Amino acid sequence: MLYVVITFLWTSILLYLLLGGADYGAGIIELFTSRRNKEITRKTLYSAIGPIWEANHMWLIIAIVILFVGFPVIYSMMSVYLHIPLTIMLLGIIARGTAFTFRHYDAVVDDMQHIYNTIFAISSFITPFFLGIIAGSAVSGHIDPKADTFLSAYIFSWLHWFAVAVGLFTVSICGFLASVYLIGEADDDQSRLRFAHKAQFFNIAAVICGILVFIAAYLENVPLMEWVFGNWVGRIAIISATLSLVWMWYLLYQGKIKLLRVLAGFQVTMILLTTTYRHFPNIVILKGGGYLSLMEHAGQEKTMQSLGLALLIGSVFILPALFYLIYSFQKNPLKYSERH
Amino acid sequence: MNDFIAARSQMALSLGFHIVFSCIGMVMPFFMAVAHYMWLKTDRAVYKNVTKAWSKGVAIFFATGAVSGTVLSFELGLLWPEFMKHAGPIFGMPFSLEGTAFFIEAIALGFFLYGWDRFNKWFHWFTGVIVGVSGLASGILVVAANAWMNSPAGFDFADGKYLNIDPVKAMFNDAWFSQALHMTIAAFVATGFAVAGIHALMILKGKNVLFHTRSFQIAAIFGCAAALVQPFSGDISAKDVARRQPAKLAAMEAHFHTERSASLIVGGIPDEENKKVDYALKLPGFLSFLAHGDFKSEVKGLDQIPAENHPPVAITHYAFQIMVGMGTAMMLISALYFTALWKKKKWLESKWLLRLFVAATPLGFIAVEAGWTVTEVGRQPWIINGIMRTADAVTPMPGIAYSFYLFTAVYVSLACVVVFMLYRQIKMVGKLYDKPQS
Repeated sequence: MLYVVITFLWTSILLYLLLGGADYGAGIIELFTSRRNKEITRKTLYSAIGPIWEANHMWLIIAIVILFVGFPVIYSMMSVYLHIPLTIMLLGIIARGTAFTFRHYDAVVDDMQHIYNTIFAISSFITPFFLGIIAGSAVSGHIDPKADTFLSAYIFSWLHWFAVAVGLFTVSICGFLASVYLIGEADDDQSRLRFAHKAQFFNIAAVICGILVFIAAYLENVPLMEWVFGNWVGRIAIISATLSLVWMWYLLYQGKIKLLRVLAGFQVTMILLTTTYRHFPNIVILKGGGYLSLMEHAGQEKTMQSLGLALLIGSVFILPALFYLIYSFQKNPLKYSERH
Repeated sequence: MNDFIAARSQMALSLGFHIVFSCIGMVMPFFMAVAHYMWLKTDRAVYKNVTKAWSKGVAIFFATGAVSGTVLSFELGLLWPEFMKHAGPIFGMPFSLEGTAFFIEAIALGFFLYGWDRFNKWFHWFTGVIVGVSGLASGILVVAANAWMNSPAGFDFADGKYLNIDPVKAMFNDAWFSQALHMTIAAFVATGFAVAGIHALMILKGKNVLFHTRSFQIAAIFGCAAALVQPFSGDISAKDVARRQPAKLAAMEAHFHTERSASLIVGGIPDEENKKVDYALKLPGFLSFLAHGDFKSEVKGLDQIPAENHPPVAITHYAFQIMVGMGTAMMLISALYFTALWKKKKWLESKWLLRLFVAATPLGFIAVEAGWTVTEVGRQPWIINGIMRTADAVTPMPGIAYSFYLFTAVYVSLACVVVFMLYRQIKMVGKLYDKPQS
């Protein structure tokens, strides 16, 4: 059952990165769109993610519940040492979720829209940035349980170049996922072209940020090179991701929407796989070489059993409903253009 | 402000904020489902307009409730890491099921809000019902987890270790049923009265009268029916608390001295130093009756509980008085309303009944907040009753006061925006939902 639970944990993190990431990315795109095109971008974005955005963010809740039920020591350790970035991320989640809903459901359309839009776009950037910081900090070896000053315990645990680079990398991946997704949701060729350009832009940004991550890892003594290239899984994943990237660039202007989405999802999956595979089952790496392992810190057997069962039963209900939701609200130009 | 008080205040603020949105989020779908059903059956446009208008409100409240709920799942660890380290694996079962229920709710809401004219009309109606049912399930599960803190079960505690964990037993602890029942009914009362009050005000103002009358009826019937059954569930809760948490009951009643034929103390100002209550109305024997169903039975007072395990008496007592007071007021209004429905149709057209409902708009939510204060403050100084002290669970990180100020600022401004948006929704009813037929 332990492996079932761990599989669910990894899968919900992946799905959050893909679906939640694309969701955040839509806001990031809005931030990086010229004023002239903002309105049309907003419209596409709304029709694309309106019905599914709440569901996209449920994966975070599933992941956090798995963590605090199944691996409480890891959850509370991260909560203590990463308190500040977690709090900022939470404020981002509050701001973004409410601004997105308010701007659509406000009965009167006036200057308030401008405020909602600004809050939405900025928090769409900040939230995944701090999610990346949290993920980067967890494995960077900067969390120090023996720290005795406020700065070393609660600030330098997350404020370092590696975490910041991972944060930027996460943001660019979100933007990339969203632009690829939105190509298929746009109403006309011109918008499709614009999103294809955006996909290129964020793709280049992701490559640059990726290089920054490696440089920062080198500076901060994070053995990232070894994690990624030190084993066959990592090497194969990175090579196939890179090859699929070339293929994707070739396809970008050919309107093969489904294939494009699959490739983008594949690349992100491979990135998550390489970065988690090598140090599995240690998901938090501490200063001085200690680590928190999913194996050693799992809850007692009965807890894991009931958690695994709850997850299995839950997925029987959730997955078909979710697929039907996504399927039902896929782009259907004839019907959709008249709505809202 | 010291860090411990700041952490408690932040938790209280977050829960106090979330509870309002979750009540509305779990009850409104049922009101909508009724209006929606009426529209599908009678084909009268007013019901469709009501459903659509309400669904906009629900979207706003659901989004706010969802984000504040997400925040809570992190705050448990951010503020109480030592608690979660031990409690997580024991009381996690309802949370893992709640994850599913919440997820289903979000999916169903997507179908419902965006599914007008897209799906078979009964499928669409059904997705609205699912929103309500899964919301209700979420609420019950979360309350079951809270009940475990009051009535820990499903583990053996020895030498500071939590052994033989049984998450299913923990979920079905002694308090889960009485607490979940009381909270669920309370959500219907509070939402029913709040919604009915707002629509009553609009009827009195003479705006879109038919629209607001239909809305008022649905909300008032739900709210009033719930208000009439709530005292019974309150009685179950009181007896349960008397049995499991005598300290909490004693604090609720400011009952300092153990005695037979104990009096029920109504109102008054508890004087914790001299262990007496001033200016209170005392009903002899009634506390014994409420706690144990027998006017003569003995009720444990605070004198039998070590002083270091006393909850704050004044807050618990006042909160309990407020809850009961509001509940009684709403029960009386409900009795009047049902009399009007069955016997005195004329009252329904009179202004005084509507004015009464307008005045009662906030009562339900005041009662919810007060009742929740009784549960939480009455459990102090324990975070897990009798096992772990709240002070031992708090995060070691200093400076929580700043986090508390920050969250206060965010939640206060968010509350203002939600109220502002609701005001705009209501103002626009005539233009958006209940358009003059052209």
